[in-house]
Amino acid sequence: MSVVEVKEKTNNYLLQIEGLKKHFPVSTTIFGKTKQTLKAVDGIDLYLKKGETLGIVGESGCGKSTTGNTILRLIEPTEGKIIFEGEDLVKLSKKKMQEIRKDIQMIFQDPFSSLNPRMKVFDIIAEPLRTHGVAKGKGLEDMVYELIETVGLDRSLAKRFPHEFSGGQRQRIGIARAIALKPKLIICDEPVSALDVSIQAQILNLLLDLQRKFDLTFIFIGHGIPAVKYISDRIAVMYMGEVVEMTTKEKLFSETKHPYTKGLISAVPIPDPKLRDKTERVIIENDIPDQLNLPEGCRFYSRCPFGTERCKVEKPKLNEISNEHYVACHYPLN
Amino acid sequence: MQANAESKSELNINDKIAKSKNQSTTIRGLKLLLQSKTGTIGFIIVICVVLVAIFAGVLAPHDPALNNLTATLKPPAWLDGGSWNYVLGTDNLGRDVLSRIIVGTRVSLLVGVFSVVLAGLIGLIIGIVAGYYGGIVDNILMRLVDSFLAIPSILFILVVLAVFEPSLLVLIIVIGLTNWVTYARIVRGEVLSIKEREYVKASKSIGTKSSEIMLVHVLPNIVSSFIVISALSVATTIILEASLSFLGLGIQPPDVSWGAMLTDGRNYLATNWWLATFPGLAITITVLGIIFLGDWLRDVLDPKTQVNQKGGAK
Repeated sequence: MSVVEVKEKTNNYLLQIEGLKKHFPVSTTIFGKTKQTLKAVDGIDLYLKKGETLGIVGESGCGKSTTGNTILRLIEPTEGKIIFEGEDLVKLSKKKMQEIRKDIQMIFQDPFSSLNPRMKVFDIIAEPLRTHGVAKGKGLEDMVYELIETVGLDRSLAKRFPHEFSGGQRQRIGIARAIALKPKLIICDEPVSALDVSIQAQILNLLLDLQRKFDLTFIFIGHGIPAVKYISDRIAVMYMGEVVEMTTKEKLFSETKHPYTKGLISAVPIPDPKLRDKTERVIIENDIPDQLNLPEGCRFYSRCPFGTERCKVEKPKLNEISNEHYVACHYPLN
Repeated sequence: MQANAESKSELNINDKIAKSKNQSTTIRGLKLLLQSKTGTIGFIIVICVVLVAIFAGVLAPHDPALNNLTATLKPPAWLDGGSWNYVLGTDNLGRDVLSRIIVGTRVSLLVGVFSVVLAGLIGLIIGIVAGYYGGIVDNILMRLVDSFLAIPSILFILVVLAVFEPSLLVLIIVIGLTNWVTYARIVRGEVLSIKEREYVKASKSIGTKSSEIMLVHVLPNIVSSFIVISALSVATTIILEASLSFLGLGIQPPDVSWGAMLTDGRNYLATNWWLATFPGLAITITVLGIIFLGDWLRDVLDPKTQVNQKGGAK
């Protein structure tokens, strides 16, 4: 996707990410010069329409969580633009950024470490409201109780501490905290991967309900294909810091173009043995290449069953091959 | 729907567990105190020691500084040659050991507790700031700590005490100023691990100010280890005061402290053991009491400790 194209479409986009990079210095010389960098996120372009859910999938270490953290500037990006409602977040001053944080919230992966064990549920949910001076006293109380009920908990639980709750309930508390300020965008950083499968469904349904109710836009980061497939409208597949394929959910599964995406989808177990035997699968072999010495050509070359000489030397760009279907591959699958 | 029912039943179970818990912190604290034997013992010891310190003037049977050369080195009352006039015996100048211990409580407790409070406060602030901000702030503060650690603390104290007249206040300040480094180091280490927790990240993403994050999220979560170290270092501080007295830079006569008594008694250890033994016992019991109380306090501050209806903290 070229920058020009993105700009034309700007109007109905809530968030646009252009050429976002995050490089972590891994080792430095004694003079403080960086010797090696880990390119966690290496030039990605994403866009997000109002009210939709963009899923980001990829294996561990592909940079999906880093992307999420960079949007909120919990990690400062190395390069690139993060345009939220027409404003480039990267260029904002710290003070202005604090203001914007009202509109972008985050739901975390581990519900056991995302809640302060020494704070009562009431105070945890009230924190964003107090920080931004939204409400005080009785008004604050009413708002917090309403939030607790919105996420499906009982208001009598407000005076308890987090350790008294199960993982699913804790995640609900985390969600209540995230929606407290009525944000426009919520970044869900693997919100269900630490939960039991039965609880996962509850939390996903809760997120969908809240999205409808409060007109939320989600970025849903996950490594479990089924959860991401269930909740997302569009999905971006990341591999080693780059987006390799991005399209609508339907197209991603019916018209898979990138061999890596195909491999990811093939890795999801199919419960029905008859169906399983019929399905054509792409098996990804080998390990990911050394992230400190990235290959020159396509980063997936070493593991790709269809790789050619061209893939080894020439890096494929992310192209729009059909409407809203972006693929970074020289030889997309049919 | 099924999922909903499941979460409802989860709530019910939690309801039952938590019924007993909707009580105020004070009541919960007292219940926990009664539950733990060591807590109760520690509480009683500390209260007694504090009362002794306050009413030392009334409780002491003799003037602690009064020499009685007709009754030097008298053994405790229950030994041959002892008399009930001097219950714990007398020292080389005929001063009553019991009275000296009672009056010495004041100095030892004041020095022990307040210099720990002072050191703890400085260490806590520097440790949190260094750990939380990291980078250059951390580097500067920790190199400062390192250079403090590199100077032998006794040497530092000697220099300061050579300049200022040794008094109770000066002692407290100077001991506090030498001991803060240990706290700073330990607190910084704890903060380093806590600031990576997701609730700190969550608070940052909400837009909470750094100062508030440190106060609300970081501080309460390092408090338990902090209390344990503090309780332990009250003991070392009382001993440090003793060694200063030994060098003649501690509390000056006619004032008396347990440490000074220990030092005086050292020369007579082989022949008149009671001179050093009883102040030593006083230190041991007090320190034990403070440590027990510290353990209880840590439990009270941790919301995970439950008041058990049948008794016995969990």
